[in-house]
Amino acid sequence: MSDSGDGKGKGVNRRQFLSQTLKTACGVGLMGMGLGFYAKQAESLPAMAIRPPGALPEKDFLGACIRCGLCVRDCPYDILSLGQLGDTVATGTPYFYARTDPCEMCEDIPCVVACPTNALDHGLTNINDARMGLAVLVDQETCIAFQGLRCEVCFNVCPIRGKAISLEYEHNVRSGKHARFLPIVHSDACTGCGLCEKACILEEAAIKIFPTHLAKGELGGHYRLGWKEKEKAGKSLVTPDVEHRYNLPEGVRYDLQGKGLIVEPEGQQPMPLPSNPLDRLNRGLENQ
Amino acid sequence: MADKSVAGADAIATKGWWKAHQWLILRRVSQLSILALFLLGPLAGVWIVKGNLAASMTLDLLPLTDPHVLLQSVLSGVVPELSAIAGVVIVIVFYLLVGGRVYCSWVCPVNMVTDTAAWLRRKLGIKAASQMARSTRYWMLGLTLVLPLVTGSLVWELFNPVSMLFRGIVFGMGMAWLLIVGVFLFDLFIVKNGWCGRLCPVGAFYSLLGTGSAIRIVAADRERCNDCMDCFVVCPEKQVIRPTLKGADKGVGPVILAANCTNCGRCIDVCAKDVFQFGTRFNNLMVNASGNPADDGKQHTVQP
Repeated sequence: MSDSGDGKGKGVNRRQFLSQTLKTACGVGLMGMGLGFYAKQAESLPAMAIRPPGALPEKDFLGACIRCGLCVRDCPYDILSLGQLGDTVATGTPYFYARTDPCEMCEDIPCVVACPTNALDHGLTNINDARMGLAVLVDQETCIAFQGLRCEVCFNVCPIRGKAISLEYEHNVRSGKHARFLPIVHSDACTGCGLCEKACILEEAAIKIFPTHLAKGELGGHYRLGWKEKEKAGKSLVTPDVEHRYNLPEGVRYDLQGKGLIVEPEGQQPMPLPSNPLDRLNRGLENQ
Repeated sequence: MADKSVAGADAIATKGWWKAHQWLILRRVSQLSILALFLLGPLAGVWIVKGNLAASMTLDLLPLTDPHVLLQSVLSGVVPELSAIAGVVIVIVFYLLVGGRVYCSWVCPVNMVTDTAAWLRRKLGIKAASQMARSTRYWMLGLTLVLPLVTGSLVWELFNPVSMLFRGIVFGMGMAWLLIVGVFLFDLFIVKNGWCGRLCPVGAFYSLLGTGSAIRIVAADRERCNDCMDCFVVCPEKQVIRPTLKGADKGVGPVILAANCTNCGRCIDVCAKDVFQFGTRFNNLMVNASGNPADDGKQHTVQP
């Protein structure tokens, strides 16, 4: 019944000690490597699993969340689950699926309040500032609004109605006489709560919540949109162009705003335009 | 000597079944009632405790946080909320008082799995065992703390059978059963007391936490020991017993100070001679429980 695995108090010599220590260190080290690499895979979050409001960016979240499930317990609508071993969501971390259980956007955000580690950022006090993901109208080919039918369900269930999803009217080319009422998502207001995805009347929702990093494009950092810069500065940031001067004969000018060549009337009567545009351009040159 | 497949047969014969199992039963009651408290919410809608062993909230008032999990989180670069810090302080103070590895024997649900494996191992008389150093757990502990530093994520918590079993029971198991069956089979066939006694980094953490803890098993009447070995058979950390039990002549006090004693009290149960009892570390004098100085330099004879 001796504790042979222990070795303590049995007169271990240096050689035994070193080999034992090395054996253990190697074993544990290898295991750590295995765990680390497997963890990389195990931590990839499927696009349809949405983190609760205020969740830190995924990488930080996985370090901060201690898998206690207090957010799950304090959700009054019981939408959150913890990932289980074998799930595609990292074990023990909270998530919800928008299509079945969207976030109801409680004003007091109890899940965030419950979080003991700030994995759900306590700086989030207004639920409208939450960015759980972003609704994307992924399939215009099946969305019935794009077929010219009246639906607007996603627009109507949206908790930030009119701001996160607005309706844009567009001419229905097919029928020629109707309007199409197209739901358009605005990322500056959409919280990614998923109520629209749940409400979508299709078999498979045409509007879906995606993680923001999948849903959003991003302009290169060096890009400047001239008109926006101008708006911000209140004036053009570059030296305004010198107005182009056409070398035109007297009584003729060129309008840059689309009217094109304008022949000033001699007296009050406009001169009738010649049918050949070349004649029109060359007008006045005959006399030279 | 009695049949070794029944632990403490002598004790049962002299003290009766209840007295020979009382600490074991109390521990099971403790482990199961903690689970029951957490299950009362989801099953019966009575919300006394929310969360799990990683962090919990009792009656919306008392936060408790597991220091090992929180430490991993802090090492990955997190500043916890005040409630988590308060919870950790409460837990640390508690275990400093009652003994670090009391977590293992009185709280942790895996203990029931590995105790069952150890029991079955005795019943089946499985002797063959692979060797694994008891210090392996400290390497594992190091690993669980290095991984969040390197990866910025709680890698260990993806695999930790301790948190997974408890969370599984309260929130849903998934495939975690496989992991627990793995731990059971590992303990049963591969290494005796393999998980709790050699590998588990959570236990290693709590053993370090409890190095100076107050409540201890005391071999108060060690001169009564008749070398029946029953305590060695049932003890999950049997290396902690000998130095104290047999240390009277070497001037070692009667308190088992080894950090890996889990304060499970099973040695108290199975000892027909009532050598052991619960006590504190502060009473580590060479005096036995009846107040007589034991270390009188004379040879002690075993009481008949």
